[in-house]
Amino acid sequence: MKTNDIILQTVTKFTLFVIILFSIHLFFAGHYYPGGGFVGGLMTSGAIVLLLLAFDIKTVKSILPIDYIKMVAVGLLFAIGTGAGALFFDMPFLTHAYTYVDLPLLGKTSLHTAVLFDTGVFLVVIGVTMTIIQTIGESE
Amino acid sequence: MNNLIILPILIPLITGVVLIFFTKNIMAQRWISAISGLITIIVSFMLASQVYQNGIQTMDLSNWEAPYGITLVSDMLSALLVLTTSIIAFAALIYSFKSIGESRERFFYYPVVNFLIVGVNGAFTTGDIFNLFVFFEVMLMSSYVLLVLGGTKIQLRESIKYILVNVISSALFVIAVAYLYSVVGTLNMAHISVRLSEVGSAGIITVLAVLFLIVFGLKGAIFPLYFWLPGSYYAPPAPVMALFGALLTKVGVYSITRTYTLFFYHDAGYTHQLLQILAVLTIIAGVIGAIAYTDVKKIVIYNIIVAVGVILFGVSVLTPESLTGSVFYLIHDMNIKATLFLLIGIIIAITGTSDLNKISGLINRYPALGWTFFIAALALAGIPPLSGFAGKIMIVRAGFENESYIGAFVVLMSSLLVLFSIMKIFISGFWGTPRAYKDEDEVPVKWLLIAPAVLTVFAVLYGFGTEAIYPVISAAAETLANPEIYINAVLKE
Repeated sequence: MKTNDIILQTVTKFTLFVIILFSIHLFFAGHYYPGGGFVGGLMTSGAIVLLLLAFDIKTVKSILPIDYIKMVAVGLLFAIGTGAGALFFDMPFLTHAYTYVDLPLLGKTSLHTAVLFDTGVFLVVIGVTMTIIQTIGESE
Repeated sequence: MNNLIILPILIPLITGVVLIFFTKNIMAQRWISAISGLITIIVSFMLASQVYQNGIQTMDLSNWEAPYGITLVSDMLSALLVLTTSIIAFAALIYSFKSIGESRERFFYYPVVNFLIVGVNGAFTTGDIFNLFVFFEVMLMSSYVLLVLGGTKIQLRESIKYILVNVISSALFVIAVAYLYSVVGTLNMAHISVRLSEVGSAGIITVLAVLFLIVFGLKGAIFPLYFWLPGSYYAPPAPVMALFGALLTKVGVYSITRTYTLFFYHDAGYTHQLLQILAVLTIIAGVIGAIAYTDVKKIVIYNIIVAVGVILFGVSVLTPESLTGSVFYLIHDMNIKATLFLLIGIIIAITGTSDLNKISGLINRYPALGWTFFIAALALAGIPPLSGFAGKIMIVRAGFENESYIGAFVVLMSSLLVLFSIMKIFISGFWGTPRAYKDEDEVPVKWLLIAPAVLTVFAVLYGFGTEAIYPVISAAAETLANPEIYINAVLKE
C-alpha cells in the first residue's frame, strides 16, 4: 500500500528552514550564550534527518549531493588548521586570535579564530551523524 | 615554549585527515603515509635529542600557563617512547603495503593507523590527566576499527569482547579522574602531584591509587585483568597485531609508571607492594600461557603479558636502578614484540596456519627468515649481547638489593621459560623435514622481511650499544625517581 505523506512533506518544507535557522543561531551564539558547534551541528543534521523521514534517501541525496565522509575530513582540516596556524606565528598550538571590526550592518563585532575551530566541529558533527544514519539506512 | 613537541602528534593527525580524501587511490595512500611516517621519525628524533640536551621540554597549549591550560610535557621517557612508536609504526606500515590486502586498504586502513599513532604519541606526551583519557580514547577507537576491519567472523566476535572491556575500563577511568579531581581540584599532572603531597597519606589517595591501577591494568593487561587480551590480539592480521602488541599495552604500562612515580609514592608500602604482587602474578600467568600453547600467535601474545609483568616489577621496586631497568626493558620490548609479530605474520602467510604442529622445515627454503627469527628470539629472552639483557639484569639486581627475592627470582626464571616458549617455535617450525605449503610462492617474503629485519638490527644495536644509550635511559629514569624535576619543569617555580 502506498501511503500519502503530503501533510508530513509540506510541514517538513516549512519547518526545515526554521530548524536550520535555529541551528545557525545556536552555532553563532556559542561564545556568549549556550550553544556552539556541537549542538548546532547536531541540530542541522536533525533537520536533514527530518528530510530523510519525509522523503527517501535518493531524493535527499539529489537535494544535498554531499559526501559526508569528505565533510568530516574538511571539518577536521578546519579545526587542525586553526590550531596549526598559531605555529606560523611562533605561538603554541591552538593559540587563538581575535579582533573587533565595525561591520556595516552588525556594528561593532568581534571576530575570533575560535569560530573557525567551531566551524570544524560543526562540519564534523554533521558529517559523522549523517554518515552513521545513511550507512545504516542503506544497508540491507 | 617549544613547538617541536606537538609535531609527532600533529603530523600523523594531518596525514590521517588528508588520506580520507584519497581512499580509492591506494598508491597515493601508501606514498603519503610512508613519507609522513619518515618525517615523524625524524621529528621525534630531533625532539629526543633536544630533550636530552636541554632537559624537559614543555608546551602550554593555547598559551595558557600551567596548570590552567593543557600542557604537553616531553621528558626523556616520553620522548624515547614517542621515537620508538614512530619507528614501529613506520615498520608496520611498510609491512602492510604487501600484506594487508586491497579490500582493507580501500576502507580507511591507512587513515586509521595514523589516528592510532596520534593517540599513542599523544598519550605518551600529555601532561594533563583528562587529556590522557582523551588520547586513550583516540587510540582505542582506532584500535576498534583496526580490530574489526575486514569483518571476518573471529574479528567480529573478538571486537565485541574488546570493545566491551575497554568501554568499561574507560568509564572507570572517568570515575577515577572525577574522584581525583574532587580531592585535589586540578587536572594538570604536575599540579596534582604537588596537591597530593600537601594532602599527604590520606586513605582516599590509596583508594585512588588502586583505582588507577585497575583502570590502567585493564588497558595494560596485568593479572587478573588480562583475560581479554589473548583472544582479542589473536583476531587481526599481522601488522595490526604488531601495532597492538607493541604499542597499546605499553601505553597502559607507561600510565601506571607515570602515575605511580609522579602521584602515588606517599604510601608505597601498600600501593607498590600490591603492584609488585600483581606484577609477579602477571609474569607467572604469562609464562604459563606461553609454554602451554602450540600456536605461534598465542605464544607471542602471552609473551606480551610476561613483559608487562617484568616492567611493572621494576617500577614497583622504585629505586633509580630498577626504574632504569624498566625503561630499558620497555623500549626493548616494544621493539622486539613488533619484530616477532611481523615475523610470525610471514610464517603464517607462508604456511597458511598458525598451528605449530603443522609447520616444519622452513629453514631450508627461508634461511634469512629463520635466522632473523632466531636472533629476535634470543633478544626476547635476554641473551647477553642482545637487547633484552641490560634491562632485565638491572631489574633483577635492584630486586635482590631491595630484598624482593621472590619477585627477582620469578623474573629470572621467566627468562628461561620465555626462551623455551620461543625456541619451541624455532625448533619445531624451522627445523625438521621440509613440507610444501599451498600458495607459498605467492608470498612476497623478501619484501615482508625488510621491516622485521631492520627492527632486529635495532634490537642488536640496542644490545651492543648499551653503554652508549645508558646515559639517555638513566636521564629518563632520573625524572621518574625524582618527581620534583618534572614538577619544576611544568610549573616553572
